[in-house]
Amino acid sequence: MKYQVDDNGYYGAYGGAFIPEMLYPNVERLRKEYRNIIEDDGFRKEFQELLKEYVGRPTPLYFAKRLSEKYNTKIYLKREDLCHTGAHKINNTIGQILLAKRLGKKRIIAETGAGQHGVATATVCALMGIDCFVYMGEVDMERQAPNVARMKMLGAEVIPASSGSKTLKDATNEAIRDWINNPEDTHYIIGSVVGPHPYPDMVTQFQKVISEEMQQQLKEKEGIEDPNYIIACVGGGSNAAGAFYQYLENEAVTLVAVEAAGKGIDSGESAATSVLGSPGVIHGSKTLLMQTEDGQITEPYSISAGLDYPGVGPLHAHLRDSNRAKFLSATDAEAMEAGLQLCKLEGIIPAIETSHALAALDQMSFQHEDIIVINLSGRGDKDLDTYIHYFNL
Amino acid sequence: MNRIQQLFQQDKKLVSVYFTAGYPKLDDTIPILEALQESGVDLVEIGLPYSDPLADGPTIQASATQALKNGMTTELLFQQLELIREKIHIPLILMGYFNPILQFGVEKFCKRCEAIGIDGIILPDLPLEVYLNDFKELFEQYDLFNILLITPSTSTERIRMIDQHTKGFLYMVSSASTTGKQAAFGSSQREYFTRIDAMKLKHPKLVGFGIYDKNSFQAATEFANGAIVGSAYIKFLTENPIGETSSFVSKLR
Ligand SMILES: Cc1ncc(COP(=O)(O)O)c(C=O)c1O
Repeated sequence: MKYQVDDNGYYGAYGGAFIPEMLYPNVERLRKEYRNIIEDDGFRKEFQELLKEYVGRPTPLYFAKRLSEKYNTKIYLKREDLCHTGAHKINNTIGQILLAKRLGKKRIIAETGAGQHGVATATVCALMGIDCFVYMGEVDMERQAPNVARMKMLGAEVIPASSGSKTLKDATNEAIRDWINNPEDTHYIIGSVVGPHPYPDMVTQFQKVISEEMQQQLKEKEGIEDPNYIIACVGGGSNAAGAFYQYLENEAVTLVAVEAAGKGIDSGESAATSVLGSPGVIHGSKTLLMQTEDGQITEPYSISAGLDYPGVGPLHAHLRDSNRAKFLSATDAEAMEAGLQLCKLEGIIPAIETSHALAALDQMSFQHEDIIVINLSGRGDKDLDTYIHYFNL
Repeated sequence: MNRIQQLFQQDKKLVSVYFTAGYPKLDDTIPILEALQESGVDLVEIGLPYSDPLADGPTIQASATQALKNGMTTELLFQQLELIREKIHIPLILMGYFNPILQFGVEKFCKRCEAIGIDGIILPDLPLEVYLNDFKELFEQYDLFNILLITPSTSTERIRMIDQHTKGFLYMVSSASTTGKQAAFGSSQREYFTRIDAMKLKHPKLVGFGIYDKNSFQAATEFANGAIVGSAYIKFLTENPIGETSSFVSKLR
């Protein structure tokens, strides 16, 4: 099991828990208890029931006929955009809210970039009647305004993060500081496979339902469980981790992770961590991150708020180093065009994050009989403003 | 004997002051150190500015952001401190986050500290377990004291373990908080201070986080050997010239 987390919280050289002593009791308790809690029969039953009745799982594995014709191959879309709240993020927040209840926590904090994780967290907090505080960078509050309104409607308090680049990295810093200040009653629902151990594995365990369903659905539709390729976008890496999970040890399946190149890898305005990053510590985890020679974390850039993060989770750092996954990147322009193409060909408006995964189709070549699954991580409603401005609609 | 050990042989309440290197101005490091020593400060923590200081509140965050804008780097700080022991005899501790040191090279970092005469280091996000496995020998080889933190929620068992492995003193975080929140020093703090006092730990203790005036200094040091002032001094430096440092320090003890 080369790609599972080890007992010390590492994937190969990456992972661990680089946290100040103030956070030790909470993180240590999570580390000790998370496996027992999430593998408990009662927990699994409640989790699965909510995924089915509330989130709307299983999500379809949709054969995209016209897109397939265009690329002369067989393309399936795993429709996470059809999840309640519009993205895969809710799989994780359902899991973590159930966990928080079992830990006796009364207050939830979260960070958000695109606002999808914030909305998903606000949603499950409303569902459970728990107080919710979401940190969001000031820049992101502007470009994802509809999601700010949704969080407020759901009863959450949205707290602007005004330090640094005022995006996801800074929102995450603020959430961690909140947790330091409120260690007793608060659970921190991290939105991706990042942060100190056990978060990367815990979030992966809640997202792996994506690839579990994929296996079964491919079996029904194609008579085989294995596609040739799975393509997913990577911000922190949670939708990719979920889409890859069941296939990690199965090297016959090519895993493709697509990062945001922003205005171009060498433009100075990019978020392609696997190319521009080097090993270091960010948000409590040893992983790949974008930094200066002096070890200061640099400000990433992407048109997509959910990919605008200067690191990747430790699993993905390991997938890159071991060459288990192929890392590609798409620029703002490539992603926007690929997003628009999906609208025109399939009648689906994707999230701009997801559009980066779609843009990979133009960078790869396929056999006619190949089976490709693209994880359609989210829908584009939240991004209408950006699409409107970009295409002068 | 390391200067930190010598310091704790004195029988008085020690004042330790933190400042961020490169703030307010890039070249203020030496003048600030001289002003602190002249004002009777017993121990200084020189902050290595970091882009993402997780354990710090707004005041120290802002000073780090400004220091980085001014051009401060680990290398530059070492250059500024090269001849510091010709002027400064009080113990000096570097306080920072792990990533810049990892990028600088941990061994190279220790070597530079030893050459300059840095006595200790505080790295809040270097966990005890990683320190013990990967860096303890290295730090000891260069006589660099790694000072460990305890907080009100650290378990008794873990406090004993941290007391085993800290060097020089224990850094007692006054409350569940990032830096800069003025501490209340109410009954729960008192309970914490007396509980730790009753453990009769091996190492002396300095209390930090939220100390800003005579009252908070007295409350913090009733059961400890001294206290650490950080954000309050950064605020002072934002509003006053370095030369007036003694008026700040004299109001603490
Ligand atoms: C729709 C969608 N896809 C992808 C992401 C990127 O996150 P991750 O890499 O954790 O899946 C986000 C983040 O906000 C998102 O909203």
